[in-house]
Amino acid sequence: MADAVLLIIPVLAPLLAAAGAILLRRRPRASEALTLGAFVLTLLFSVALLIRASGGGPLAVTVFGGWPVGIGVSFTARMPGVALVVVTSLIALAVAIYSHAAIGGRRRFAGHDALILAMVGAVNGAFLTGDLFNLYVWFELALLSALGLISIDRRQMQIGAAMRYATFGIVGASAILAGIGILYGITGTLDLSVLAARLAPSAPSVATAAAAALLLGGFALKSGLVPVHVYLPSSYGPAPISVTAIFAGLLTKMGFYALLLVFAGLFAIGSGGMGAAQLKPLFGWIAGATMLLCSLAALAQNDMRRLLAYHVIAQVGYMMAALAVGTRAGVEAAVFYMIHSMIVQTNLFLGAGAIQRATGSWQLSTTGGVLRANPWFGVVFAVPILSLAGIPPLSGFWAKLLVFRAAIDAGDFVLLGAGVIAAILTIFSAALFWSAACWKELPNRPAKRLPPSMLVGMGVLSAATVAIGLAPGMVHAAAQLSAGALANMGLLG
Amino acid sequence: MTVFYAFCAAAIMACAVHMVLSRNLMRSLLGLALLSTGVNLALFTAGGFSSDQPPIIAAGAKALGVSADPLAQALILTAIVIGFALTVVLAAIVMRAWRATRSVDARDIDALDQPEPAAAEAEPPHG
Repeated sequence: MADAVLLIIPVLAPLLAAAGAILLRRRPRASEALTLGAFVLTLLFSVALLIRASGGGPLAVTVFGGWPVGIGVSFTARMPGVALVVVTSLIALAVAIYSHAAIGGRRRFAGHDALILAMVGAVNGAFLTGDLFNLYVWFELALLSALGLISIDRRQMQIGAAMRYATFGIVGASAILAGIGILYGITGTLDLSVLAARLAPSAPSVATAAAAALLLGGFALKSGLVPVHVYLPSSYGPAPISVTAIFAGLLTKMGFYALLLVFAGLFAIGSGGMGAAQLKPLFGWIAGATMLLCSLAALAQNDMRRLLAYHVIAQVGYMMAALAVGTRAGVEAAVFYMIHSMIVQTNLFLGAGAIQRATGSWQLSTTGGVLRANPWFGVVFAVPILSLAGIPPLSGFWAKLLVFRAAIDAGDFVLLGAGVIAAILTIFSAALFWSAACWKELPNRPAKRLPPSMLVGMGVLSAATVAIGLAPGMVHAAAQLSAGALANMGLLG
Repeated sequence: MTVFYAFCAAAIMACAVHMVLSRNLMRSLLGLALLSTGVNLALFTAGGFSSDQPPIIAAGAKALGVSADPLAQALILTAIVIGFALTVVLAAIVMRAWRATRSVDARDIDALDQPEPAAAEAEPPHG
């Protein structure tokens, strides 16, 4: 019973608090306090769940409504998911602290708090679900709350962005649902463990290929991989910046988690499972194109939000490259990269919001001088930008190192080359960003001072990045457990 | 039977894709609704057509005899509800676009995708 409570709280607490926040929307301060409280509770319980799950013992499975496993709404403490719930809760808390300054009473009245809570609940639900159909439902809940958040100010530009996001999102979700339907038709189950056990011994067929193609298309769209990435930079931008930050951290990684679950878990690409020979080259092309095109595109951007959005996509490309290597070490590297990237991408967007607050501009050509007015901003923003560039000893260095080592060990030198070129482009872009926003003098006027809550919110995430950088062993151990859990998904549960 | 249903689902989805690609936002909204209908039909087909008996366990029996697959239908019910919710939200967005621009042409909506004035951006904390 204690396990069941532990497993459900990270999903249930944000969802219940969302209901409360709707009732409290006329009282912004109470609503904000409720949001912060819910995220603290979620973080505490998710850390407890991680300790419980990594301490061995039986895998916790909870099914609602007294149905047998495979029919009810089930939650499973599976390894990459549990670690990602902790990261998600940490990000949600940091963004909620930052939002104290970034989100005013008008946006809270428009439902900002409830939508953010519902989205975090949906993301946690996707990370903890034990059932493919419920995974789809959590994706749809995240899509709905994201739509509300994008169009929260009802400005005309946001309407266009929401329309674009909705069209792409619904087409992707339909592909996912069709793929799930075909898998159900083949195997007669939706439970992930049973599905993996039934798929593994069977030979590839037209039906499994169709299901794999539909799921790859749908989840690649959600993760923003090339060539279905085009909607992402223009639909993330117009949302309030703290919301964009949480999108960058959570939504694309949620899509990539589903890719891991399906291709490293169900189709067991990491241990030469079904269709691995056909999938690996395809994944390699997608990963290489994503890394190279998007780090090049980032160099050409002047708007900070678009620049960072292209980096979000390029980073997903690295995770895809790790998966495309198709070994156990590759899956490990992908999980490590995911944990690193969620924290860093969120922090970068929070930094962009702070720069806009200090200089009044989103365009790199008209920003500058932030450091002179806010020396502490330099400390909290240097960490994510150096980590993005992959400078040791920060988390980005270890993440890239693991991906490159997995590619070398597997002899995949083309992918390695693409990754190295993209890494150099990323360093270049990060350096340009830093000098334009921080070192360049702002003409005519001084930069404004930043509210402390912004710096505290960013500081929480920077501290996490430094901690991963100094003690990568812990995260690497979690990644190893995850790769093992994904490879043996059919044996558990 | 399965092949017939599969072709119907394919035809519906083809119409839906054609409509989603339209510049008229109203058409693409209807196309998205049609797309989820097509997917639901595919899901129904995946459940199989072994029998038209309702999935009710007979009196005295312990297990379900030959009957229709109830799980696939439960999934479709869930998917219908989700699809309906998405359609409503999308309709609200299209209506907002119509009120703002008096047009449901995607090009007019895209024309708004310009750098915004700095004044609209700044919001005082707890304003």
